[in-house]
Amino acid sequence: MSETTNGKIDQRGEVHRQLAEFWFYFSESKTAVVGLVFMIGVLLMALFADVISPHDPSEQFREFFEVPPAWVEGGSSQFLLGTDYAGRDILSRIIHGSRLSLMAGGIVILICLTSGIVIGLAAAYFRGIVETLIMRVMDTILSVPGLLMALVLVAVLGPGLLNAMIAISITYMPYFVRLTRASAISEASREYVVASRVAGAGRLRIMFITILPNCMAPLIVQATLSFSTAILDTAALGFLGMGAQPPQPEWGTLIAENRDLMLSAPWTVTFPGLAILLAVLAINLLGDGLRDALDPRLKRS
Amino acid sequence: MFFGVTLLAFGFIRILPGDPILTIAGERSMKPEQYAVMMERLGFDKPVWEQYLDYILGILQGDFGTSFLTNRPIIEEFMELFPATVELGVCAMLFAVVIGLPAGIFAAVKRRTFYDQGIMGISLVGYSMPIFWWGLLLIILFSNILSLTPVSGRISFLYDVETVTGFLLIDSLLGDEDGAFWSALHHLVLPSIVLGTIPLAIIARQTRSAMLEVLSEDYVRTAKAKGLSPIRIYGLHALRNAMITVITVIGLQVGVLLAGAILTETIFSWPGIGKWIIFSVFSRDYFAVQGGLVLIAMCVMSVNLIVDLMYGLINPRILHTR
Repeated sequence: MSETTNGKIDQRGEVHRQLAEFWFYFSESKTAVVGLVFMIGVLLMALFADVISPHDPSEQFREFFEVPPAWVEGGSSQFLLGTDYAGRDILSRIIHGSRLSLMAGGIVILICLTSGIVIGLAAAYFRGIVETLIMRVMDTILSVPGLLMALVLVAVLGPGLLNAMIAISITYMPYFVRLTRASAISEASREYVVASRVAGAGRLRIMFITILPNCMAPLIVQATLSFSTAILDTAALGFLGMGAQPPQPEWGTLIAENRDLMLSAPWTVTFPGLAILLAVLAINLLGDGLRDALDPRLKRS
Repeated sequence: MFFGVTLLAFGFIRILPGDPILTIAGERSMKPEQYAVMMERLGFDKPVWEQYLDYILGILQGDFGTSFLTNRPIIEEFMELFPATVELGVCAMLFAVVIGLPAGIFAAVKRRTFYDQGIMGISLVGYSMPIFWWGLLLIILFSNILSLTPVSGRISFLYDVETVTGFLLIDSLLGDEDGAFWSALHHLVLPSIVLGTIPLAIIARQTRSAMLEVLSEDYVRTAKAKGLSPIRIYGLHALRNAMITVITVIGLQVGVLLAGAILTETIFSWPGIGKWIIFSVFSRDYFAVQGGLVLIAMCVMSVNLIVDLMYGLINPRILHTR
């Protein structure tokens, strides 16, 4: 009995030590920490959108069409970033839009990670015809430029935010499958895997409990970097009219619906785009930091 | 691979909701007899595998089907618009390489300095750029505020350039109209910058890391010890060996460019493949989408093949070891 508790404590200590080590390497990069802090900010903004945003995102102020931002002449402090063609507060729409963009990125990553891991592990474990078949399909998906693939898929599924997310997930999946397969194959011949097989572990156990945890580092990095491209592509599909549909305040859709105003009221397209750029930039900074901290090859030896 | 793509494209289009024949009929209603005739003409009455077989055989003979909307062969439409996209893509790539390559080398040579961090910072911003927004911003700035560049199209409507190659820059030079070339060039500047931004950022980043790897090799140290000029060391010894990675990266940008072309051409009303495929998707022109997908995938695959072949030219060792 006492042995097991000791074991647990040791394990917790080990996790703690690993986390501390990770944070040591991660916090070495100031930009990565900036990215992390910014993303936490965006996350809070998305969570508390109702509290933070000054107005309802779809409320139309009929006396205030295309009001410029507060600091420009003619602007009103009531609408910090101005209003759009229908008199809606742009700041509120951007704040609420962060929900949709973060959710889109998150769901894409979730689908990619789970399906990529399962398919990739299957390819690595069964080898032979299963592997060839899986990898050929993935190569095929990769041979079509991502956005084009997503576009055609959305055309098949019908426009909308959810379908856009599914389409984008399918175009990203091959990267996850390849990554999982490659690292699983290199792990599979290690002694600990052989040992666990000799000890009588079942297939599923070897695949998911023995091998998988040791393949996670590159997958986490890939997931972070895909998170940012997912937000970009969701916005791009929204912009093309194939993603989130107005009046949903998704960032790309915001740009699309105000595109006709871009010359007379440039702020209506400037700020949503800036929101996309900053969020994507922050995640990329975070991803670079994660890669440096998690990739043992790059660690200073 | 090729068959995979055709199967994929074919499969997608079959799953697409809506009846293509009713789409062709449009607002006019269609008599059942006419419907049956259409079914037969388009081959929809055959079993699916036979339709696919016909499709593959057609492609092998250069027949990619016919557009519903214009009733013209897809390959003809594609070829007509393709030069515009290639022209834009080549200029974007030139922009990306001409700036990205030196920037990456410079950052690697000046490693861990202010310049390095500056260049890497800017390239990360470029990499994170939503290019559709970037295009709109540039239009606001250069076309509206500074009125330096035109907003859309390939050339001013004042010029009527005879089509010889399809590449307006070349055609306008061949023609005898003064100013046509400048007009075409003028129209190209903004779209090229927009389309080239992400490749530029990627090329700069990858060149830097490839150079850093090479610069730590022994032969670079030897070259330094021999007292060679920096240009010889970096330009000849290091860059040549870093080129393998760089060429691969440049080759991989073709897919990025084609995807970006969809957005860029939409923003600048550039009459190329990207705009055409968006239009086809929206107007549910099934065969056009299907054919376009296959043709674009074929372009990407052939460029990858060319890149593979180029390795041998840059590094003869690759050829000899086989």
